[in-house]
Amino acid sequence: MSKIWVVAQTRADGIHPMALETLVAGQELAAASGGTVDALVMGDSVSARAAELASWELGSVQTLEAPALAAYTPGAYVAALAAAIRANAPDIVLFPHTYQTVDHVPRLAQALGAALVPEVVSFEVRDGAVIWRRPVLGGKLQADVRAKGSPILASVQAGAFSASDRRQGTAQVSALSIDVELEADREILGVEEVAGEHIDLSAADRVVAAGRGVGGEDKLGVVHDLAKALKAEVGASRPVIDSGWLPRDCQIGSSGQTISPKLYFGVGISGAIQHLVGMKGSQVIVAVNKDKSAPIFGVADYGIVGDLHEVIPAVIQALEETEGD
Amino acid sequence: MKIAVCMKQVPDTEASLRVRKDSLWIDEEELTFVINESDGYALEEALTIAEKTGGEVVVFSLGGERVREALRKALALGAARAVHLADPAFEGGDALATGRALAAAIQAQQFDLVLTGSQSGDAGFSSTGSVIAGFLGWPHAWLVMGLEVEDGKKAAKVTREMESGVNEIVRLALPAVIEVQAGINSPRYASLKGIMQAKRKEIAAVTPADLGLGAEEVGAAASLLETLAVFFPESGKGAEIFEGDPADCARQLVEKLRKEARVL
Ligand SMILES: Cc1cc2nc3c(=O)[nH]c(=O)nc-3n(C[C@H](O)[C@H](O)[C@H](O)COP(=O)(O)OP(=O)(O)OC[C@H]3O[C@@H](n4cnc5c(N)ncnc54)[C@H](O)[C@@H]3O)c2cc1C
Ligand SMILES: Nc1ncnc2c1ncn2[C@@H]1O[C@H](COP(=O)(O)O)[C@@H](O)[C@H]1O
Repeated sequence: MSKIWVVAQTRADGIHPMALETLVAGQELAAASGGTVDALVMGDSVSARAAELASWELGSVQTLEAPALAAYTPGAYVAALAAAIRANAPDIVLFPHTYQTVDHVPRLAQALGAALVPEVVSFEVRDGAVIWRRPVLGGKLQADVRAKGSPILASVQAGAFSASDRRQGTAQVSALSIDVELEADREILGVEEVAGEHIDLSAADRVVAAGRGVGGEDKLGVVHDLAKALKAEVGASRPVIDSGWLPRDCQIGSSGQTISPKLYFGVGISGAIQHLVGMKGSQVIVAVNKDKSAPIFGVADYGIVGDLHEVIPAVIQALEETEGD
Repeated sequence: MKIAVCMKQVPDTEASLRVRKDSLWIDEEELTFVINESDGYALEEALTIAEKTGGEVVVFSLGGERVREALRKALALGAARAVHLADPAFEGGDALATGRALAAAIQAQQFDLVLTGSQSGDAGFSSTGSVIAGFLGWPHAWLVMGLEVEDGKKAAKVTREMESGVNEIVRLALPAVIEVQAGINSPRYASLKGIMQAKRKEIAAVTPADLGLGAEEVGAAASLLETLAVFFPESGKGAEIFEGDPADCARQLVEKLRKEARVL
C-alpha cells in the first residue's frame, strides 16, 4: 500500500489550478495502487487554502507553515519539504509541473537522493510498480519509465488530468511540524511584466501561428498573407520570437498567451507541450507540417502534410477561389 | 569571471526520428546532432560576461565521441577550453547521475558561475542544472531570461520567467548555477578566425576515475530511472489529414473549413 503525497502549490487567489489537476492524479494513483493520498499545503499561513480542499476525498490535508515559506525561495522550500518527507516517509510525492516546482523539485531530489520523473502525462500500475509516461524529444515521442527507490518524486504536466474528475469527500486538516532551519537562498527583488506592445491574441476569432519551420524572418510573407486572407491575427511559437522574427507578445504557450479562438491555423509548428497548453482550447485546429508524425497533428482537427511554402499559397488561392459561396 | 557552461548535444529538431529495434531509445545512426537550443544561449551569455569582466569560459559536455563536434563549435565561438566527460560509463544517466558527474568535473576547477540550459531537447528533464547546484551547494535559478553580474562580482541579478507574461527578479550570491532559457540574447556566429583558433584549443577527456567517482556512481548504473520503451504518441481523436498535391489538399481543407467546421 503506497502513501502518496500531493504538494498543492498555492497562488494569491487559491490553490494553483495545476495543483488541482495533480490532486486528481493523486486520487487516481491511490485508487490504482491501493494507497492513500494526502495533500500538502505550504506557506506562512495557509488555513484558508487548506480549507479549499476540505470537500475532496483525501486521507488528510497537511499544512506546513513557517514564516520563511511566505515567499517562495528554493532554499526554504527544499529544506522544509526534505524534512517533512524524511519524517513522514511518503512513497510517492506528486507536484504540478509548474515553473515554480521545476525550479526546486530537482534540488529536492538531489537532497534526498530520490528519483524524479518530470512531466508525467499518465501512469499505469503494473505488478505493484508504477509505470510513468512522459514526453521526450520535444513531445515527438513518449517514454514509459520506472523509478527506483523511495520516495519517488514526480511532476504532473498541465492538462493531463482534469480537476473536474475529482472525487468528493471530506478531508481533515492537520498541521505538520518540522524542526529545521529554513533559509532563503535568494533575495526577491520584485516582479515585472514582460515588455511588449500588448497584442491581445486572446480576443481574436482566428489566429495564424508561425513556427520555426517557416524558416526565417524573410520567409514570413506567406504567414502574413494567409492571416490577411483569413482575417486572422498572427501569433507564433517561442523560437520564432527568440530569433527576433516577431515581437515577444505574439508568443502562444505556457510562457506566452493562452488563446481559444474559433480557428487556430499552425504553420511549421511541431506541437511541443509548452505550445499546446496555450492553444489546445481552440475550437478548430488546423496544422500544416512536412512531418506526418509531428505532435501538433495529435490535437488538430484538420492537417495538411507538406512543405508550407507550397501548401500555404495554395490554401490562399483556394480561399480566394471559393470566396463568397 | 571564470565561467563553466554545460552543453549537451541533441538530435536536430528537424531530424525525422525512428525508434530503435529494442524500443529503448531512438536510432541515432543517421541522425544529425546539434548543440541543445538553450545551451547555445547559455554559451553566448557566458562569452558576453567574460568579455565584460575578463576571465574565461570553459565548456563541459557529457556524451559519446560525437559531442566533441559540439565542443569544437563552442571553442570556435570563443570558449577557451573544453572538458569532455567521455567514458561510456557516463552515458544513460538520469539528471541525478549526469548532474553528479558534471558537478564533479566542475568542482575540479574553480568557477565563479556555472551556466546551463533550462531543458534538453531529448531527455528534457529540466533538472540537470539544479542538480549540479545541489551537489556544489550553490544557489541556482531555473528559466533565466536576464543575468547581470553586480559590481564586485559577489552577486548576480537574475530575471526568471514565470507563467503568463510575468518575470521575477531575484539576487543570488555567487558562485551560483544559472539555467538559461532560450531567447535571453542573440547568439553570435563563429568567425573563420575563431574556427581556425579552435583547432588548437584543448579538449580534455575525463573518466569517472579522474573525477574521483566510481563507475556505479555515474550513467545508467547510477540512474534511478529506467526507460522501458519509447514510442510515437497515439494521436487521440485523430485529425483529418490531407496529403499529396498541395492544390488538391488546399481545396479539400478550405471546403471542410467552410462546410463542416463552419469557421470561415
Ligand atoms: C520552460 C519552457 C517554456 C516554453 N514556453 C513556450 C511557449 O510559451 N510557447 C512555445 O511555442 N514554446 C515554448 N517553449 C519551447 C517549446 O518547448 C518548443 O521548443 C517550441 O514550441 C518549438 O517551436 P516550433 O514548433 O516552432 O519549432 P520546432 O519544434 O523546431 O518545429 C518546427 C516544425 O516545422 C516543421 N517544418 C520545417 N520546415 C517545414 C516546411 N518547409 N513546411 C512545413 N513544415 C515544416 C518541422 O517538421 C517541425 O515540426 C518553451 C520551452 C520551455 C523549456
Ligand atoms: N550530457 C550533458 N552534457 C552537458 N550538459 C548537460 C548534459 N545533460 C544536461 N546538460 C545540461 O543541463 C541542461 C538541462 O538538461 P535536462 O535536465 O536534461 O533538461 C542542459 O540544457 C545542459 O545545459
